[in-house]
Amino acid sequence: MKTLMMTSTKHLFLVFLGCGALAISANVSAQQKADPQFEKMMKNSFRAEGIAGLDRIDQDATQKFCSDPIFASSKAGAAKAIEIQKINMATIKQPTDGKYVGDWKSGEAIAQSGRGATWTDTATTPIGGGCYNCHEIDKKEISYGNIGPSLWNYGKNRGYSQEVMTYTWNRINNSKAYNACSNMPRFAHFKLLNEKQIQDLMALLLDPQSPVNQ
Amino acid sequence: MAPVSALLKRCLMSSLLIAFGQGAFAQTAADDIAKYREMIADGNPSELYEMSGEELWKKPAGPKNATLEKCDLGLGPGVVDGAAAVLPKYFKDTNRVQDLESRLMTCMDKLQGIPSQGIIDAKFGAGPKKDMDAIVAYIVTHSKGKKINVSTAHPKEKEMYAMGKRAFFFQGGPFDFSCASCHGASGKRIRLQDLPNITTQEGAALGWGYWPAYRVSSGQFWTMQQRLNDCFRQQRFPFPIYGSDVTIALSMYMAKNANGGMIQTPGLKR
Repeated sequence: MKTLMMTSTKHLFLVFLGCGALAISANVSAQQKADPQFEKMMKNSFRAEGIAGLDRIDQDATQKFCSDPIFASSKAGAAKAIEIQKINMATIKQPTDGKYVGDWKSGEAIAQSGRGATWTDTATTPIGGGCYNCHEIDKKEISYGNIGPSLWNYGKNRGYSQEVMTYTWNRINNSKAYNACSNMPRFAHFKLLNEKQIQDLMALLLDPQSPVNQ
Repeated sequence: MAPVSALLKRCLMSSLLIAFGQGAFAQTAADDIAKYREMIADGNPSELYEMSGEELWKKPAGPKNATLEKCDLGLGPGVVDGAAAVLPKYFKDTNRVQDLESRLMTCMDKLQGIPSQGIIDAKFGAGPKKDMDAIVAYIVTHSKGKKINVSTAHPKEKEMYAMGKRAFFFQGGPFDFSCASCHGASGKRIRLQDLPNITTQEGAALGWGYWPAYRVSSGQFWTMQQRLNDCFRQQRFPFPIYGSDVTIALSMYMAKNANGGMIQTPGLKR
């Protein structure tokens, strides 16, 4: 299962390997250094607008690491990736009411919406999961992206065990806990989705009644 | 011009609906868009912008009451043909690498006495940016069919490319996105929208070679500055300042990667 979820990132890494072949052959083993000139350019090139403040370009350790795909795909990078995954795993909270599965209908609406968190939104604009942007989910929705793997028959294929529940919960909360440079946003870490919304998305994938599992 | 373009937009949108017909499937949507592009290839609405841009280029304006006809876009004063195909480029007089929009701001400032800040601060599609859009449409139309031929021979050009490459992979914001999140692999889509892989020559040429473009969905002509601005908005980044170095660096990265590809501007986009 883990392998399946990681397929798209592997492709991404292959591309990175392609661009970085020269650097790798020169045995690059350190993450790119801070470049004062680059930092100055970034600082001078953006301004705050609405809810999108300049703090959004202050990178955390995960973002710094994943901004250097040549290092991230190197041998030394693989060790660092495990460290990054641990940091992200530590941020995940299990559901406070012990409930993993909510309402799939509401989950479908969250999966459809790609809105929120841009400078044209406000602090009260509901943030969507944007799931269909990257994943096939319910086959009835033909307008889906392919950056992430298909989630059609997610529960039907994997079963509904507690192990699957916990893994999926963790993955939606903070995908970087399993794959340091996963393309998926860290929905709980950055408070993009709340616990109830994540329970509803869980239902879309793991309620046997959900259209995804028919 | 406004009512004409509104009418045109409505007409185009209905043809788009007809082109899609019933039951658009994922695998055929791209074909339908291609067919639609063919249908109206002889009548890209950007022509209206281009015509107005040519007038603005030749009309005396600003405190100095001068035209832009002596503007050096990189191939010498007043040379418009092919100029967009070699940008971004290092300019000795400003001692910086400039893209088309930032270079035009320099010309407006120096030749016409129009301060750049008013253009930078204006909303897209309004006030002095509206004039800028039209002039850009005029310039890029005169590079249609030319090969993209951007140089990194000058140390400042080389440096700008390296900064653009770093910016392309720079992750930030509450979604952890970089340009590479969407444009770093081939064969990817957001919903039904195909995403060019800008790390490859072919993908970079698809991106760089087709913008600026007329966007059917919004009924507007978008310059590359506006295209990049909306990318950053969707990336959940703060607002990139018009003509800032990050926008020029990313343009340099795209354009240089696209070298050898064909300029198809003004493009026609969804």
